[in-house]
Amino acid sequence: MVPESSSLSPSESLWPAFAAIAGATLFAIVFMWAETEAYVLGAIAAAAACAWAARRFGVSARAARIFATREKVLDWGAIAGTLVLLAAFHEEHFPLLMTATVLLYLVACLGLNIQFGYAGVLNFAAAAFFGVGGYTAAVLIRHTGIPHPIVLLIGGAMAALIGLVLVLPVLRTRGHYAAVITIAFAILFRTFLEVNDALGGPQGLKLPGLQVFGWNFNRNFEIAGIGLSFYVNYVLLALALAAVAFALTRRLERSWIGLTLDAVRLDETAAACFGVHLARWKALSFTLGNFMAGVAGAVYALMLGFIAPSNFTFGDSLIMVSIVLLGGIGNPWGVVLASAIVVVLPEKLQLIQEYRFILYATMVILVLLFRPEGLLPRRLRVYFPGWNPK
Amino acid sequence: MDAGLLAQFVANGLMLGMMYALVAVGFTLFFGVLDVIKFSHGDVLTVGTFAGFSTFLGLKAIGVANPWVQVAAVMLIACGAMAILGALIARYLVMPLKGAPALNVLLLTLMLGTVLRESVRLFFPDGANPKPFPKLLPTDALALGSFTLRLDSAILFVAGLAVIVAIHLLINRTKLGLAIRAVAQDEETAKTMGINFTLIVLATFALGSGVAAFAGIMNGLYYNEINFGMGLLLGVIGFSAAIIGGLGNIYGAILGGFLFAALQTLSVVALPFASAYKDVFAFAVVIVLMTIWPTGLIAEKTSERV
Repeated sequence: MVPESSSLSPSESLWPAFAAIAGATLFAIVFMWAETEAYVLGAIAAAAACAWAARRFGVSARAARIFATREKVLDWGAIAGTLVLLAAFHEEHFPLLMTATVLLYLVACLGLNIQFGYAGVLNFAAAAFFGVGGYTAAVLIRHTGIPHPIVLLIGGAMAALIGLVLVLPVLRTRGHYAAVITIAFAILFRTFLEVNDALGGPQGLKLPGLQVFGWNFNRNFEIAGIGLSFYVNYVLLALALAAVAFALTRRLERSWIGLTLDAVRLDETAAACFGVHLARWKALSFTLGNFMAGVAGAVYALMLGFIAPSNFTFGDSLIMVSIVLLGGIGNPWGVVLASAIVVVLPEKLQLIQEYRFILYATMVILVLLFRPEGLLPRRLRVYFPGWNPK
Repeated sequence: MDAGLLAQFVANGLMLGMMYALVAVGFTLFFGVLDVIKFSHGDVLTVGTFAGFSTFLGLKAIGVANPWVQVAAVMLIACGAMAILGALIARYLVMPLKGAPALNVLLLTLMLGTVLRESVRLFFPDGANPKPFPKLLPTDALALGSFTLRLDSAILFVAGLAVIVAIHLLINRTKLGLAIRAVAQDEETAKTMGINFTLIVLATFALGSGVAAFAGIMNGLYYNEINFGMGLLLGVIGFSAAIIGGLGNIYGAILGGFLFAALQTLSVVALPFASAYKDVFAFAVVIVLMTIWPTGLIAEKTSERV
């Protein structure tokens, strides 16, 4: 149907794209492996030098063109890169935990991206919906024998359901008035968890690990004599979730639904004049986004084996909003990049642990002042990547 | 429940309402002139309170012991410093984003709030722990049955009322107030009438931030304890109050502030077994109120031209 990569001459090799993916993976491995601040800063400096060189010699431009026309190269490349990362750290708990956290944040933020990147529905309670998923999973696993994969889905469904309660106020209000609804919900949720004894209060709840068809996710295991950390399980699960969420976001964006959502965001009056049912699409995107956040939250809770209200504060919701904004509203790859930066950077810079919030907030302020469109701005929609009608 | 206890609740509620109203007034003033939400408002309040606290420590160090002089100096320096801080924030962080989406301004000021809050925590000596705020006002108490009216609370309440009246007079009776109202109504027209737009915006931000510092000191004197996170919840509540009242309307903000305090007090009185849930209840009612009146109780007059 659609000729693949016809805008590239068949002879043009793909090596710049592979080099870019390999470089990014190598950087991720070195960065995660680096123990001291000197190594971390050195890795950042080396990466900056490489990026500069790649730009100087036109490699990055060629890679970007290949990525734009042959999206599968980037998609599968990113998955392969994550698997290489997994192989490199197969025994180490902490880097794997970081990777899985990045992937789960990615799923939640992709949901958020659908909400206000496409439909323009503000949500300052993403961490609360993440938490709804986590707490639902915790309660169900502690008190019932429902199979765990279904628990994850119920976690998402619960977040979507609670989101539905908020849909009416969200639909009726606009702009700042809508913002206050979700802010109020985020604070309400956290306060509720802290004072509610049935849900563990401020101490939170402990929960056992995930079990799928008798496979215990919380046990270290061996394959062919090589010991593997149990977090490998969670990274693989999170990677699968992230891939599905990413594909869903991409399909949604390219479909007529994505077009409709863009119309709703850009001009409500004009969209309504063309017969677009505003409330329906806003409600749909809000629910879908919350579902994604809920599922991610359920896996996150199971992975940590423990949840507490302090994981789901208004501040965490803000971090998720800033991931979407930093990455470039509406661009899923931007969300990938920003999730990785925002989750991993503060953990690695232990020296600035104490100062990380202030540094991080300053970073967001600078991005907003000098690059308000984000690190990877959203491009014009391409319905058929690589299609060149000539 | 006996009348004395009820009166105690009412007095507490009024005091809370006054603080919320003073914070909400700032939000609504900023929204009026620039159509932006400055979310760092609550943290400006924190910084103001700590500035006042430092002033007190400084005065004590140089041997000024008269509490009235101390109160006056604390108020003056806290409000003055925050007025300057507010104007600086407006000039260098909010105004450059004038054409940007509202979300960007909201997020920028939220992050700025984090920077301010963390600065207090990290750079104020031992800032991570709560600090005892001195009792500078006379603490004589007037007992009426089971209800005790502390003199310092009464003074604070009257002072707060005076600030609100002063803002009302400033907005409605002075030339500056006229200019603020003109800018709020229509920026372009105001400019063609010879109003210095930037100056008025800065003056409005200075005014709102100064009032926030006043509310912060009031909070410190009333509860005798301050900490780096005090402004966060006060800011969110002030914002909600301004929204419930209807953004851009000062009386709406005052109404919203007292309403929020009333909700919290009511939930403590009516549901004593669940007093821990007072914020949950109050925010839930906020959501319900917003569903019924999506643009606040005193709605902003808007018309959309297509």
